This record gives sequence, structure tokens and C-alpha cells, in this order.
Amino acid sequence: MIIVKELRRRFGAIVAVDGISFQANKGDVLGFLGPNGAGKTTAMRMVACFLAPDSGTATVCGHDIINDSIEVRKSLGYLAEHAPAYGEMTVGSFLGFICDARQIKGKTRKEAIERIVALSAIESVYHQTIETLSKGYKRRVGLAQALIHDPPVLILDEPTDGMDPNQKHDVRELITTMAKDKCIVISTHILEEVDAVCNRAIIIESGRILVDSTPEKLKQQYNTGLDEIFRRITKRKAS
Amino acid sequence: MKGFWTVCKRELKAYFATPLAYVFLVIFLFFSSYLTFKRGFYEIGQADMYLFFSNLPLLFVFMVPSTAMRLWAEERRSGSIELLMSLPITVTQAVLGKFVAAWLFIGIALALTFPMPLTVCYLGNPDIGSIITGYIGSFLMAGAFLAIGCFFSALTKSQVISFILSVVACAALVYAGMPTTLDYLSTFLPSSMLDAVESISLQTHFESLQRGVLEFKDLSYFVLLIVGWVIGCGIVLDERKAA
Repeated sequence: MIIVKELRRRFGAIVAVDGISFQANKGDVLGFLGPNGAGKTTAMRMVACFLAPDSGTATVCGHDIINDSIEVRKSLGYLAEHAPAYGEMTVGSFLGFICDARQIKGKTRKEAIERIVALSAIESVYHQTIETLSKGYKRRVGLAQALIHDPPVLILDEPTDGMDPNQKHDVRELITTMAKDKCIVISTHILEEVDAVCNRAIIIESGRILVDSTPEKLKQQYNTGLDEIFRRITKRKAS
Repeated sequence: MKGFWTVCKRELKAYFATPLAYVFLVIFLFFSSYLTFKRGFYEIGQADMYLFFSNLPLLFVFMVPSTAMRLWAEERRSGSIELLMSLPITVTQAVLGKFVAAWLFIGIALALTFPMPLTVCYLGNPDIGSIITGYIGSFLMAGAFLAIGCFFSALTKSQVISFILSVVACAALVYAGMPTTLDYLSTFLPSSMLDAVESISLQTHFESLQRGVLEFKDLSYFVLLIVGWVIGCGIVLDERKAA
């Protein structure tokens, strides 16, 4: 459902993403790993049509991110890093705005909001303004926003960052339950998360893909935990 | 079209969700009337709104950029632009939606000055036509300043920088047509250049509307300003939304 071909993007002299290619299909939960500044966020932003690539392209559900970006955005749920939202809005009016933008109307709209509020456990803060929420709740609102139209493809940039252990557990469970009929890409540097939810792992460093495998295969190959594997792979590259 | 209304509605609500709208409305209404009476509304003894409208350019130079400065700068600073641009909304829809929301807001502020024309009507028999064209001119002028404000707001993450740059740009448009400026320029500029400066200035176009003259060249002047700066805003955003 996601096909990425030779995506490349530079910011001035820095090459953030240097020709990455991969595919992800329905049922995949793809963990996008890499040290800080590896280009994870830039790559995700390009697939989510927020940033235009310098060269290369990608398709989401058969729609090209450059020529058909509106269709891509319709079929995509995207949670950006730091879960941006409009601070002065209440959670309810914010979700209403997202429904407007995604043209969810009438009965489906009411159902969608009810479903998503329960799913992301934000009933208790429904009438609160977003700027007064804690980091974990903000991220859950971001998650609700990304899931409200039940998209076939999900791109989540550090979805559990700032959450307490219980919330992390809930979100991981949510991802696992959705996994079988969606294609999900998660960026993270919490490796236990990859173990918990991902059935594929891509490790990127300096904008290049170093490893495209599954967590199980990696563990077999290196015969150690993911933490150690991650260190070895990214350090080997650096030295 | 749908995306346009979504953005516009949210933006207009956002003005009233923060104290910004109320602070703006109170200050605008106070100064627009205060300056009118201070400059001798009663002493002149004329039932017209000339004094009221002639204050607006200078008042708008400061007040309109203050409503426009947050439009994009805030969005970029808080990162919510990433949310907005990952929704199925085009840059054009977003730019127009925000611009029109801010314009409607200024429209509300102008509409709330209604006690002024009512007072004039009560005191005498004013020329209603010139009051209406005066309001049209004020609204168009606000639109032009807003378009400038939108452009500078898209240029930077800092609201303060965007405010200062738009005030300077708006002030340049107003002051270019002031008699003092033109007098000074006439000491060294040839008269053809002087005419050019005068017709670039907002003052001349606004004044003729205010006198009740509805001319194509004045209307097209404002429309061109608005369209030009809004398109500029769209281009800048497309280029730099993630920067």
C-alpha cells in the first residue's frame, strides 16, 4: 500500500533523506528506526505530503504523493512529531474541525467521533482546551485525529512519546488490533516498542536504509537483543 | 471549496476563542470614534463621515497587521501547519480560507461602528451614497493590508517580525500619498515619477472612494493589491511551509 522509490531531500548542505526505497503492505506494522537526525521524520513528512521531495516519489494506495497529493492525504492518517494541534480549541471542536476537513458528515460523523473518543480514551478531556492537556493526552488527541476517518494507511511519528507506561501499553494494543487490515508505519527510538508491535523493521542512518528486515530475523542473525543490534548497526556505520 | 470553508470557519472561531478579538474590537471602536470627535466632529458642523474615514488608514496601519500576524506565523511556530497540510486541503484553500476569515473579522469590526452613521443621520441629512462607498473603501483597504500581513506572516515564524514588516509595508503605502511626502519628493523627482508614486499610494484611491466616487481604477487598485499579495503568500507557503 506504500511504495517508496528513491526519495531524496536535502536542507541546504545537509542531505536529510538520501534515496530511500521500501514497500509496505496491508498487515505490515513497519518500525522505522534510527538515531536522532537520521531522517525518519523527513521521510515520513514526504510520504504524508507535507514536504516535497527533491527527487524520487512514493505512492500511497496507488496515489502518487506529488501528482495526486489530495487523494493520498485522504487515505492517510498522519500523526506528526509532537502531535501538533490548535491549542485554543477544545478536544471536541478540534475533532469537529478534522471531520469538516475530511468531509465526514451527518450520522457517520457522530459515529466516528463516538468511536474515536472511546478508542483513544479521551472522554474525560473532551471539553477541555487542548493547550491545557498533558503531553500524553495531547498525543492521544493527535492519534484520534489521525484515526477518525479509519484510514487504510497510518503514519505515526513517535506515537507513544511522553506517555506513561499504561498509556503506552494501551496505544500498542490499539496498534496491534488495527494491524491486520491496515498498513502502519511507526517511527520510534524505543526498541521495546518494535518488539511489541512491529512485524518489520527498517533501520536508517544519515538518510540511508541500513537494514530492512523483521525483528525476529534480526535477532536470529545477530543472536542478541534489538538494543544491541541497533547499536552495532548504527555505530558500525558511524565509525 | 469545502476545504476553504472549513479553514475559514475555524480561523474565525479562533479569533473569538482568544481575547484577541475582544481586545481588538474594543480598541478599534474606541480609537475610531475618539479620533473622529477629537478632530472636531461637532465643530465642523457637517453631517458627513469624512473625519471618521480619514482616520482609518493610519489606524489600520497598526491594527490590521495585528490581526494578520498570527495567521501563518503562529501556525508555523506551533507546528500545527503540519497537521493542516496533512489534511486533504490544498494550500490555495488554506491561504484563502485564512485570509477571508481575517477579512470577515475586520468586516465585523467595521460593522460595529454603526453608531457613527446613525449619529450622522440623526444630526443631519448626510449623503448616504458616500458613506456606503466610504465603508466599501475601508473594507477594501483593510483587505489590502491583510493581504500584506498574510504575506509577511507566511514569511516568518515570529509574529513580532511579521507585525513589524507588515506595518512598515502598509505605512509605506499610506505615507507615499501624504501631501508632505509628495511635497518633499517633488523637490527632486520629475513630475511623471511623482504621479507614479501618488498612484501607487493607497491614500489617493481611498480618498476618492470616500468622497463617493466609485471608479474602476480605484477598485482595481485594491483588488490587484489583494490578489497580488495573497498569491505571494501562497507561493511563499508552498516553498517554506516546513522550514
